Amino acid sequence: MARDGARLEPTRDGDGGWTLAAIGRWDLRATGGMARELEAYALDGAGNAAVRLDLSRLDALDTVGAYLLSALAQRLTAAGHPVTVAAVRPEHAALFDAVRAVCPPQPEPPAPQHPILDMLERTGRTAIHAVHEGLALLSFLGLITVTFGRLVLNPRRLRIRAVLFHIEQTGLNALPILGLLSFLIGVVLAFQGADQLRRFGAELFVVNLLGVSILREIGILMTSIIVAGRSGSAFTAQIGTMKVNQEVDAISTLGLDVIELLVVPRALALMISLPLLAFYADIMGLFGGAVMSYATLDITFGQFIRQLHGAVTLPHFLVGLVKAPVFALVIAMVGCYEGLKVSGSAESVGTLTTKSVVESIFLVIVLDAVFSILFSFLRV
Amino acid sequence: MAPQDQHQPDQSPPEPARTAHAPPVIRVHGLVTRFGAQVVHDGLDLDVRKGEVLGVVGGSGTGKSVLLKEILGLMHPAEGRIELLGRDTAGLPEAERVALQARTGVLFQNGALFSSMTVAENVMVPLKEHTDLPLALAAEIARVKIGMAGLPPNAGAKFPSELSGGMIKRAGLARALALDPEILFLDEPTAGLDPIGAAAFDQLIHNLQRSLGLTVFMVTHDLDSLTSICDRIAVLVDKKVRVGTLDELLQDTHPWIHEYFHGPRGRAARHAEA
Repeated sequence: MARDGARLEPTRDGDGGWTLAAIGRWDLRATGGMARELEAYALDGAGNAAVRLDLSRLDALDTVGAYLLSALAQRLTAAGHPVTVAAVRPEHAALFDAVRAVCPPQPEPPAPQHPILDMLERTGRTAIHAVHEGLALLSFLGLITVTFGRLVLNPRRLRIRAVLFHIEQTGLNALPILGLLSFLIGVVLAFQGADQLRRFGAELFVVNLLGVSILREIGILMTSIIVAGRSGSAFTAQIGTMKVNQEVDAISTLGLDVIELLVVPRALALMISLPLLAFYADIMGLFGGAVMSYATLDITFGQFIRQLHGAVTLPHFLVGLVKAPVFALVIAMVGCYEGLKVSGSAESVGTLTTKSVVESIFLVIVLDAVFSILFSFLRV
Repeated sequence: MAPQDQHQPDQSPPEPARTAHAPPVIRVHGLVTRFGAQVVHDGLDLDVRKGEVLGVVGGSGTGKSVLLKEILGLMHPAEGRIELLGRDTAGLPEAERVALQARTGVLFQNGALFSSMTVAENVMVPLKEHTDLPLALAAEIARVKIGMAGLPPNAGAKFPSELSGGMIKRAGLARALALDPEILFLDEPTAGLDPIGAAAFDQLIHNLQRSLGLTVFMVTHDLDSLTSICDRIAVLVDKKVRVGTLDELLQDTHPWIHEYFHGPRGRAARHAEA
């Protein structure tokens, strides 16, 4: 057997035993192909003869070669040959001994696999985990409420500067992106609506479509989703990084309240800025719709305003806006909760930030559906 | 069973004569490193001989880690020449640079294990990338390396997040040794380990260095590592480097070096060794 300069040479000795000489370069690059041949290596016709493994003619030896040789010695022993390793060169001896000491590490038995049972188990675990998560969020909400109640009784403890800072971060700085996106949504809605309504000769009702859908649903939903992506993730990342740096632990040991210091200002700021942003998004959306209506349907701004005045009433507008503080609280709560869940590694900051965005958007849309049902009961 | 238990600890002090005439495998010549106006290295020369354990020490901000990164090619010096295994590392073609990297192994300070993979998969990354070993053999080799690094066999299936700090270092060492490198770079290998774990890790490096014939370049602050396993010590002072055996550096009159080795901690470590 010869391959890439590494080979084995069996010879029969005078005393009935065999000598197996390993020759050439037994290293990483030379021995790759030999593994399978060695696996099936047998001395034909040797019976249970003793084997001397002669390593004196090696040109090079590394861990791979030493492993292959010691595995070979073990296989031969298992096949009934008493094996002795002979004539190891001094420069190879230490390596060969070191590898033999750990070779072969027992392969772990593969765990039995039941795909269907595994899937059931995973489903069950996920469900239970979701329930626990929901309960934990609920208790976090309770914690925020209690802390907030304490602050109402003792308003001097409220960190006004932090609240203002977060209003600027989450509200003011979101204006350009939110304005642009809302404007474009208005444009798209008007265009698609006009296309359908033109078939009935009812182009003017585009204004009703725009007014009702933007004010009731789209304005606030768009705003919440953008804010969840922008600010909810930022809350998780900020608090998570503080957690990694043990700043959160430091806050606790200094006798300060983590919820009061980190969570309440963020929640309060978002509850103030999100309704304002939603109002702004409403206006920009309607503006986009008006521009598109003028461009494709020749509806002037005057006509648009008159028609809008007839189409929407104050409740339409309020129905949209009343949801804003609730959504704001959910986004801030999830963002801070996931941030505080960060443990140790920087990696978990990334994972939990993703999770916080997905979770808060999910909750916002679910709550929106709940609000719809509620309003239909109340006939608003 | 861990290999360091198999080999009786070699209590003989490192003999510098062993490598005194060995050819250098790392040559740094006239190295200059600048960050803006701040000069970190100014005409630094350093030779690392084949088969020696070199400990690199220096105060904070003297550029120990920077020197390591420059030798590894992760950073580029402003001036100077770095030769690794006889090749100038600057302007090396991609293929030769990769081949050179396969002949060096690095243990980063915090292990730098890939967190999405198990320990065994981590060790197999270089084996898969640089060799055409059959997968089953690569897995076996990974198991051998994990064993040689002193980890129990069941550690291979664990993820880095499930390991303690000492085990992460050992797993990182197993990955660094995956390709049987000629040079092993260690960045603060014993930092963050308890004294017993640190001593065991020193002994492990010592044994592996002997059995695999490694050249070890070790950035460290651990005076015990310096006195127990290093053949020579390189001290970064005054933007240059002074190299010598422990005994030679003990005679050095430079104030920082004197303070380092004759300060209370230095005395204690030497006393413990004696």
